[in-house]
Amino acid sequence: MAKPLGFEKPLGMRDILPDSLAKQRHLERALRHCIDRWGYEEISTPSLEYYDTVGAASATLTDRMFRLLDKQGHTVVLRPDMTTPIARVVSSLYKDVPLPIRLFYQANVFRAQEKEAGRNAEFFQTGIELIGDASEDADAEAIALAVFCLRAAGVETFRIAIGHVDFVDGLLEEEIADEELRSQFRNFLYERDFVGYRQLLATLDMSDDARNRLEALLRLRGDKGKIAEARELTVNGKARRAVETIASLWDALEAYGVTEDLLLDFNLISNLNYYTGVVFEGYAADLGSPLLGGGRYDHLLAQFGRPAPATGFAIKMDRLLQVTPAMKGQPTTRVLLCYTVERRREALAEAQLLREDGLIVVTRLIGNEDELSDSEKAGYAKVICLTKQEE
Amino acid sequence: MVFSDRSQKLTIAMPKGRIFEEAVHFLQQAGLQVTAELQDSRKLVIPVENAQLEFILAKPTDVPTYVEYGVADVGVVGKDVLLEEERDVYELLDLQIGYCRMMVAGMPDWKQTDAPRVATKYPKIASRYFREQGQQVEVIKLNGSVELAPMIGLADRIVDIVSTGRTLKENGLVELEHICEITTRLIANRASYRMKSEAVDDIAQKFLEVIPSSK
Repeated sequence: MAKPLGFEKPLGMRDILPDSLAKQRHLERALRHCIDRWGYEEISTPSLEYYDTVGAASATLTDRMFRLLDKQGHTVVLRPDMTTPIARVVSSLYKDVPLPIRLFYQANVFRAQEKEAGRNAEFFQTGIELIGDASEDADAEAIALAVFCLRAAGVETFRIAIGHVDFVDGLLEEEIADEELRSQFRNFLYERDFVGYRQLLATLDMSDDARNRLEALLRLRGDKGKIAEARELTVNGKARRAVETIASLWDALEAYGVTEDLLLDFNLISNLNYYTGVVFEGYAADLGSPLLGGGRYDHLLAQFGRPAPATGFAIKMDRLLQVTPAMKGQPTTRVLLCYTVERRREALAEAQLLREDGLIVVTRLIGNEDELSDSEKAGYAKVICLTKQEE
Repeated sequence: MVFSDRSQKLTIAMPKGRIFEEAVHFLQQAGLQVTAELQDSRKLVIPVENAQLEFILAKPTDVPTYVEYGVADVGVVGKDVLLEEERDVYELLDLQIGYCRMMVAGMPDWKQTDAPRVATKYPKIASRYFREQGQQVEVIKLNGSVELAPMIGLADRIVDIVSTGRTLKENGLVELEHICEITTRLIANRASYRMKSEAVDDIAQKFLEVIPSSK
């Protein structure tokens, strides 16, 4: 690879220039304001974690992590997500704090990229974790809070798709005995390859009825009505329990009054082998990729020695920036205050008075007024000059 | 349905190339308003009046890219391109048109060499295939006229799509191994699949009704 040129950054790394950052901070404040009201407390954790602890427990694949060595020779990783460090804290520093625990974060996470544009290697997330509550109402709380967050951020048109990992698993188990084969089907769903799924299905020797049930899974996407359709596909056991969970989750979400922004999607698979129950993904109009993702992960905490059910979600701030309107509100007036050295004391005191009045004041030492070019004055609503007084 | 008031205009990416005419014919059969403009025009973006539809004409290898990034909601593209590009998109339907085979081909007197070389327009497919066969080969990426490579000694075999086999025969090559069958697919963007689920389902249903083997 060619030696980097002065202006280049590592693959997937981005600068955030003042205008975008101002908007990002504004959005972060709006989200924080919303999340605060639901009783979540903000937490911050280190950027670096041990590979053997957080790295190994994370849902992110090892080859997507930035790995390096610390001075002691341990492999450390730039945190690939915030959920895993939070699980570590809840199981250690917070081990005596009674469950349920509600935490939120606004932080950057890192995932190494191989491909080009649109895939950041460092990105900012705002997210929540609700740890220690296994009920459907905890799932509903996470989803409803996600809806309220997107509304608070000003996203006009969005949908959150909801699924349950046990529905897919359970339905496959009812019809197919061979685990290897089931995992092939799951993989087709994970890769969103419905053609491959149908082709594999066509090669199996099974009853038409069973085949139709597995085929129908691909069409189980829509509103509340899909719950009844899902029920008809499964007799009992795992898949049936998943449908009932979704049904009571939907009732809870109706109670929150958020169902018009929701979509049921029974074949949604977000992350293989990580989520353990309800999963969801949020999308916005005119944005090609998901805006947020979340779900139930009941096995993670046990890896840190404090088994507990948990759910949560993370919003991707760079994507949120793309789908939220420009910031409203009056921009603060900017004043340029120029002074000659004789009037410095007076000028700086005046500047401070104006700042206390709420103005933005930039000061600049000049020799005489002619030094100021028009382009220098352009960014200011007002230019004040305190120069040497003529005798 | 609660979302009916929302905009469901659909942008369809169409591949300008091998399967274009067959694909356009397919759209017509499915009852989509395909204007003459689509067939003979140098325009790259073609809106369809009163139909909530818009076509983007793209190079076939770019169709999955447009769909992945969401500038097109759905796309029509060959499985060969999907296997090579590995884009994150929904593969919804096999349209069963544009049929061909992905093959390994070579001269009739081909023999295993110490450092086998394979020329192809599909380096990822070729590498993956030979790896699965337990063979280490050097893959040379070419952009066209791949059949030339064995004739002039650039490579000892090629990986390419074959439909009638005529081009191979005319260049004195024979099919050696069959990698997979290729047909044309309907793909959809991850977000459009949810945000415009009604429009996507609608077009998928129309397509399904004209796919030969589906009832």
